[in-house]
Amino acid sequence: MGKLIGWIDDRFPLTKLWNEHLAEYYAPKNFNFWYFFGSLALMVLVIQILSGIFLTMHYKPDAATAFASVEYIMRDVPYGWLIRYIHSTGATAFFIVVYLHMLRGLMYGSYKKPRELIWLFGMFIYLALMAEAFMGYLLPWGQMSYWGAQVIISLFSAIPVIGDDLTLWIRGDFVIGDATLNRFFALHVIAIPFVLVFLVIAHIMALHEVGSNNPDGVEIKKNKDANGIPLDGIPFHPYYTVKDIVGVVVFLFFFSTILFYFPDGGGYMLEHANFIASDPLKTPEHIAPVWYFTPFYAILRAVPDKLLGVGAMGAAIVLLFFMPWIDRCNVKSIRYRSVIYKANLVVFCISFVVLGWLAMQPVTEFITFLSRVFSFLYFAFFVVLFITSKNEKTLPVPDRVTS
Amino acid sequence: MKNNTMKNLLIPVLMAVAVILAPAIAAASGHAHLDKAPIDISDKESLRRGAKAFADYCYSCHAASFMRFNRIAKDLEMDEQDVREMMIHTRGKKGDPTKIGELMKVSMTKDYAKNAFGTAVPDLSLEARARGADWVYTYLRSFYVDPYRPTGMNNTVFPDVGMPNVLWRLQGLQEPVYKTVMHGDVEVEELEGFKQIQLGSLSGEDYDKFVADLTNFMVYLSEPVQSERRSLGWKVLLFLVIFFGFAYALKKEYWKDVH
Repeated sequence: MGKLIGWIDDRFPLTKLWNEHLAEYYAPKNFNFWYFFGSLALMVLVIQILSGIFLTMHYKPDAATAFASVEYIMRDVPYGWLIRYIHSTGATAFFIVVYLHMLRGLMYGSYKKPRELIWLFGMFIYLALMAEAFMGYLLPWGQMSYWGAQVIISLFSAIPVIGDDLTLWIRGDFVIGDATLNRFFALHVIAIPFVLVFLVIAHIMALHEVGSNNPDGVEIKKNKDANGIPLDGIPFHPYYTVKDIVGVVVFLFFFSTILFYFPDGGGYMLEHANFIASDPLKTPEHIAPVWYFTPFYAILRAVPDKLLGVGAMGAAIVLLFFMPWIDRCNVKSIRYRSVIYKANLVVFCISFVVLGWLAMQPVTEFITFLSRVFSFLYFAFFVVLFITSKNEKTLPVPDRVTS
Repeated sequence: MKNNTMKNLLIPVLMAVAVILAPAIAAASGHAHLDKAPIDISDKESLRRGAKAFADYCYSCHAASFMRFNRIAKDLEMDEQDVREMMIHTRGKKGDPTKIGELMKVSMTKDYAKNAFGTAVPDLSLEARARGADWVYTYLRSFYVDPYRPTGMNNTVFPDVGMPNVLWRLQGLQEPVYKTVMHGDVEVEELEGFKQIQLGSLSGEDYDKFVADLTNFMVYLSEPVQSERRSLGWKVLLFLVIFFGFAYALKKEYWKDVH
């Protein structure tokens, strides 16, 4: 065995990679619950790729047969239903895990110097994930696939001058049709997964270059022993591999509960109208995007002007990219930050959730009013943060991590 | 400790949000009231009765073209020959009888349906999943006499529906009874119930049972794998619980020396 590894090491940096990223990657010893979601996100990515591969073996990206091929998978392919539900539940799980992972970053200031690039790569992963999910949702070719895509793609027509040509170019037809389905399939199955995997590698490489943040926001590399090992660090493997396995099992328990007992997610994961084959002549009475896009959709609906609405929706995402520069406070962790910051973040999280709920409601005056209030609160987070973080009254940060 | 401030803030804010949103939630529902369908997928007897009802009354206009005949035989524990006799009355292009492994299509064409009913007849494979079991159950019991409709029938759940009440011989004929309700300052007519004006071959209670069986079958039809899904589910969950024990013990063992 040792001989074989030696033979490989002479030709490929196997041991070097293993040590750098696992056995001798020192992670802070005080990771808490919130630190499970990074490894979980990676696992969900693998689940999605594997289940996706099996789905592509039976799915037919053709407007005439796509819907039937999904039902063929559900009924005639042995365990096809299981693979399909894994993939559809996985999409929701991916967003839950990623949202919690991002919230962790916000709470403990993981986007701050020297981790700005980790955050930016992460935000690009999030963008790619949204594109991936959006295109994947067209593939079952149900009513909600069709009309959801219709609504989202038509947003591009709000762009002045080039809008109409742009939507035509995206769809490849004057309406959503076979051409759209085919290209979305290609992008969903090949192009964006490539981008995702590449970005995830960059995200992890950047993380392992600078080292992990932790719930105290303390740089463990500042306190090293004689061998240059951080005093508050422990090797990722075996400590965090065995710990993350526990997280994986707990996650899989919830994941399997949904998968086996609530695969529709109450109509939020597999929308009821999507069990009706797409019909370009019949608009569903109520078009709502899948839950993970709803907060941004609510912001879009809150603005009366279409172009401004699209702009606001875009800004809601783009602003997150700039977190490392919007937040000017030197203290990283929420544990040592001011009440203003804590309240600001709580209001931001609540706004995000409430906006998500609002987008699923039929438009009424009251719903629109609430959408405006919570959209305002969403954006206020960034403004308040930018203003208050410069001279924020913080608590003293300890030198070493607390356990 | 440090997170307490977060929690202290979170609870009042969440409560405030709930108070703001409560009236909005109450105002959001505006559809016809649906009765709760008594669904029990594990009741094979009911599913077989439902399959018979489906074969006799639905499956000649409506297809279930994602489903295969022999899947019904297998899942409902029926003899393939019985299913053949119950459901298959068609022949292929060469004149040979439709095979038991084929999809449940119908011979009615789209054009014929459009002429006869003004609309294409929907495929029922996924109807219960698209509309919900309660919808199907209520819809099939909500036809009423309406001389202004071409079929002489209308429906309170699906107003001006193209489908005639094919079950009228069983159900008899009924008229809706409305009551006036005040919604704030506005008078609104609300459905109170139905009045039987001509008896059918089934009593009201038996008709409800008949429709319940049919609905049960349609729920099965919309996702034939659901029993298997649930029975595999608890095995997976049990495995994970046991696996958790090992994973947690392993973690504890390794972390003993971390201080």
